[in-house]
Amino acid sequence: MMRLPSFRYLAPKDAAETAKILTGEGPDAMIVAGGTDLYPNMKRRHQMPKTLVSLRNVNDLRGVEMNGAVTIGSNETLRGLERNAELKTRLPALWTAVQSISTPILRNMGTIGGNVCLDTRCNYYNQNWEWRRGIDFCMKCDGTVCWVAPSSSVCWAVNSSDTVPVLIAMGAKFTLVSTRGERTIEAIEMFGEDGIDYLTKQKDEVLTRIEIPDQGNATSVYRKVRRRGAFDFPVAAVAARVEMDGDEVKDVNLVLNAVGPKPVVCESTQEFLKGKKLTPEVVEEAAKLAARGAKPLDNTDHLSMWRKKVVSVEVKRALGALR
Amino acid sequence: MNPTTEAGGPPPPPTSLAKTHMVLRVNGEDHEVAFRPHKTLLEVLREDMDLTGTKHGCELGECGTCTVLMDGEPKLSCLVLGLESDGVDIETVEGMAGPEGGHPLQHTFAELGAAQCGYCTPGFLLTAKAVLEDDKDPSRETLVEELSGNLCRCTGYLKIYEAIELAAQRMREKGSSDEGGSHV
Repeated sequence: MMRLPSFRYLAPKDAAETAKILTGEGPDAMIVAGGTDLYPNMKRRHQMPKTLVSLRNVNDLRGVEMNGAVTIGSNETLRGLERNAELKTRLPALWTAVQSISTPILRNMGTIGGNVCLDTRCNYYNQNWEWRRGIDFCMKCDGTVCWVAPSSSVCWAVNSSDTVPVLIAMGAKFTLVSTRGERTIEAIEMFGEDGIDYLTKQKDEVLTRIEIPDQGNATSVYRKVRRRGAFDFPVAAVAARVEMDGDEVKDVNLVLNAVGPKPVVCESTQEFLKGKKLTPEVVEEAAKLAARGAKPLDNTDHLSMWRKKVVSVEVKRALGALR
Repeated sequence: MNPTTEAGGPPPPPTSLAKTHMVLRVNGEDHEVAFRPHKTLLEVLREDMDLTGTKHGCELGECGTCTVLMDGEPKLSCLVLGLESDGVDIETVEGMAGPEGGHPLQHTFAELGAAQCGYCTPGFLLTAKAVLEDDKDPSRETLVEELSGNLCRCTGYLKIYEAIELAAQRMREKGSSDEGGSHV
């Protein structure tokens, strides 16, 4: 039986109090919202925070505001977003991503902030302590070697968030609050280069708000590849946002996820697509280009070769749906 | 990164023996409970309250067998702290039967063989109960989606869906006859 390690438990009332506690407690404190990512990790001894700062009473970070832009409180549950009919109409790609996360029961608990900050995943990492001791641990936790790429100096654990690629494609901004002040960053700036330092959010910062700008005439789509229809994290994910001018692409954002430690913005594919008509030939070429940015390794479900192939198929399907 | 690599040693066990005292509202009754603060609601229910109807499966949110209702919503008791469960109405499978006997779902699960080994059954019953609160006549599609967080390795799910549909039908019939009765 896997029990939680011991910890001190604090449940502040608002974001400011949360930031104060995080400053006071130092780097050994961790925020917990839904607990669906952190508690399994604590049971497997990936993280053992001395202090847990729970957002369960932090109601000022719940709710969705819809004006031109859509602003989502980080502590809003995934189920709350799923049940939001206006969100489904206005941002169907984000709704699809939310609705594809794990299972209905888990979505009753998990929050969008938690999905944005989701710990990176790897077959050699997401195992209990005894299993990991059996391979002498890995560099992400307690060890020194990356078992999926033993000569690598960096960790290849995978960013497996469903909402992140969509938020990046939609040009979302994240607001982070600490006792040092408040800063707002572009969604992509939130993510670091390797599987260990996968977030640029500092330990004393709280993710408070996610703001998605007015999408204007742009349409978006999210496609997720996984083995089962529920439970599974993506093994490849594609988010695309296209703004057309007549039948030509005026602006496009194409983001891949679950194929490396950091979400991939397909910049050369975006450049290639601008000003073009989305003919089958152009889509085919874009799909090939985009797949070059995906560098999956064999540390998730399914073979990495197949995941790389399926990225181009899914990019084709995504752009095809937006044509 | 973490201080877990003492040669040959197991991961550090919880050290604090001090217990938290709390009132938890379970199945409509307030219970005063003392438990160690790192315990999950699943552990508190089973070990400190002797409510062993809630089953202990994967412990990681991947199977749904520990599902309980918290303010009517299905949640995974293996991923909620006991500490986080105060001020919430908790319902476990032990609370499903009313003064007139078993819940209609419990009867139809038994009648249609929707329980085989039975280990996943408490989770299914509670999730199904929450679904029927929201939707008195759920489509098969709704059931498949809403129950996709509960795993069953025996039945193949078909009997479970059929049992929920039969219970829903009986509950609707009873509801309309009750309504009819109250007008007399």
